[in-house]
Amino acid sequence: MDFMVFQYPMITVQACLDGILLGILFALIAYGMALQWGVMNIINIAQGDLVILGGYIAYFMYLYGIHPAWGVIVSPIIMYFVGVGIYKLVINKVVDRDLFISILATFGISILFMQLMNFAFGADVVLANSGYGTTFLFDSAVVLPNSKIFSAFISILFAICLVIYMKKSKLGRAIRATAQNARAAKILGVDTEKVYAATFGINAALCGVAGALISITFTIHPYMGLPYTIRSFMIVIVAGLGNLPGVALSGMGLGVFEEFADYILGTEFRIGSVFLLLVLILVYRRFKLSRKREYLK
Amino acid sequence: MNKNSILYLSILIFGLAAPFIFPAFKVQLSILCVLIVLATTWNIQGGEMGYNTFGNILFYGLGMYLCASVQVGMFFPLAEWTESGGEKTFVHTPTQFFQGMAVGLVVAAVVPTIVAGLIGYAILGLRGHYFAICTLGLGVAAGEISGGIEIIGAGQGFTTPPFPNVGGLEARGEFFYFLSFGALILTFIAVRAIYSTRFKLILNAIRDNEDKAEAMGIETMKYKIIGWMVSAFFCGLAGGIMGGLVGYIDSTDVAFDGREMGVFMVLMAILGGKGTLWGPVIGATVFHIFKEGFWTFFLGWQYVALGVLIVVIVIYFPEGIMGWLREKYPERFGEVVDEADRKAQVELK
Repeated sequence: MDFMVFQYPMITVQACLDGILLGILFALIAYGMALQWGVMNIINIAQGDLVILGGYIAYFMYLYGIHPAWGVIVSPIIMYFVGVGIYKLVINKVVDRDLFISILATFGISILFMQLMNFAFGADVVLANSGYGTTFLFDSAVVLPNSKIFSAFISILFAICLVIYMKKSKLGRAIRATAQNARAAKILGVDTEKVYAATFGINAALCGVAGALISITFTIHPYMGLPYTIRSFMIVIVAGLGNLPGVALSGMGLGVFEEFADYILGTEFRIGSVFLLLVLILVYRRFKLSRKREYLK
Repeated sequence: MNKNSILYLSILIFGLAAPFIFPAFKVQLSILCVLIVLATTWNIQGGEMGYNTFGNILFYGLGMYLCASVQVGMFFPLAEWTESGGEKTFVHTPTQFFQGMAVGLVVAAVVPTIVAGLIGYAILGLRGHYFAICTLGLGVAAGEISGGIEIIGAGQGFTTPPFPNVGGLEARGEFFYFLSFGALILTFIAVRAIYSTRFKLILNAIRDNEDKAEAMGIETMKYKIIGWMVSAFFCGLAGGIMGGLVGYIDSTDVAFDGREMGVFMVLMAILGGKGTLWGPVIGATVFHIFKEGFWTFFLGWQYVALGVLIVVIVIYFPEGIMGWLREKYPERFGEVVDEADRKAQVELK
């Protein structure tokens, strides 16, 4: 236990800023999950592994001498096709089936990806160094790496672009229509199969952006996928589907919570506290709903 | 004697003779017994009750840690044991070992049952995929948290007491084999007894339509919790045995291994056929043979194979082996088939 947080107020400021910048990234991943959950009614356990894969793309560009920030553009393009490939191979066979089937199938994909990445890239913790330097605030009491500010900025940019795209473009309209009522959309001439593939691709592309940013800002490791899945799931259930400001806010809240858990409980309990928070949130909502004789379903 | 009792008797005799027929595979056979126990108890939730849990690994890991801790803690200071990494400073005498194991197994079975009862009310109120993800989180959280607790070895692991030097090398394998086989028999008898009562029908009612079951006046929550407690009891027992068998407990790789054991139990039950008595047994056996083959011949690629296997099983065999058999030979399952109707259905397909 470490109560530094309460003795040095600047650490609180530091943790909050770190948490908010981190949370924006989480919100981007969660937005992808909310998108596919809303449209296809699928919970993708491999979400986090797509993030890590996107991160490795940026890392490889860094290894070959290209600045990793370009990964923000290259990674989503590659990941879009990876996502469409996964959809064509596996997801289209589980779309209309029991939700548990999709959870288990994507769990299988997650294990597969985890191990393939372990073979391809090794089990080391890696970081793509962007060389952006750091910003000091409040007489150097608060240290912010510029890469974190950069990643938050890019995440917001991508989120805004996506929202506009979903509102204005033809595909975006088709996606929203399918989310509302797949059958009606089909009758009115929307090729739902294509919409599903595109949704999964867009989700994977978002994961690619987030992964590239994570590889610049933090570290990546083949086995780090599952916590990202759980975080995005948690953000989505707190915010609800299709509530973008809610996703952004609860993402930031989660980021701040994690930073404080890190300071107070210690780094070894960081991931554990995220998973425990998920359980607590679900149980809290269950009791809240059970008063109205309803349940989470 | 009817057909069933001959079948059970022959399986019992085979089980008792197995370690002497295949002396080289004693450890594998013990692991198979544990896997069958896990798959059968998962089936109570996932198959009969319709609550697909990833969280039974919690009870398994809990049982594992509890059994080993009790076995050590009864005679020696636990903290020093884990700190020394199980070096030769403390040695269990045979009496101490077996006494510790017996008490440890009881604790390993009872405490997870109580835990299941306590958290059951909160967790089992969730439904569908929320329940699945919540239990997944529970299992991973338990692994991460136990990996940070110093007294049970934290990150460096916990060495369980080595088998005492009685009866030579063969004795260890035979002891653990008969222990796990005993657990398997106990589980099977208990589950079979449960499945012949009203309790099973209630569980099935909950699976098919929980709201209606509630409307019919069944206290669904009570039965859900009892079902989970039964699972937890046997999962804890299996965990305790497995801890002694493996001889080393690590928080995320052995005990709360959601990535391996936690998925295995789901997979085995689905492969064999959810919601049947024999499905998990067959599924576990087939899965174990496959897995050992993969693990031996594709060393290093086993997780890739596992991932592909999960996807293939889930997509192409969601009904499992028993479901497939049932479709092929419905007469054997006591279903009356109208030949003309069947032909018409085949033609429709």
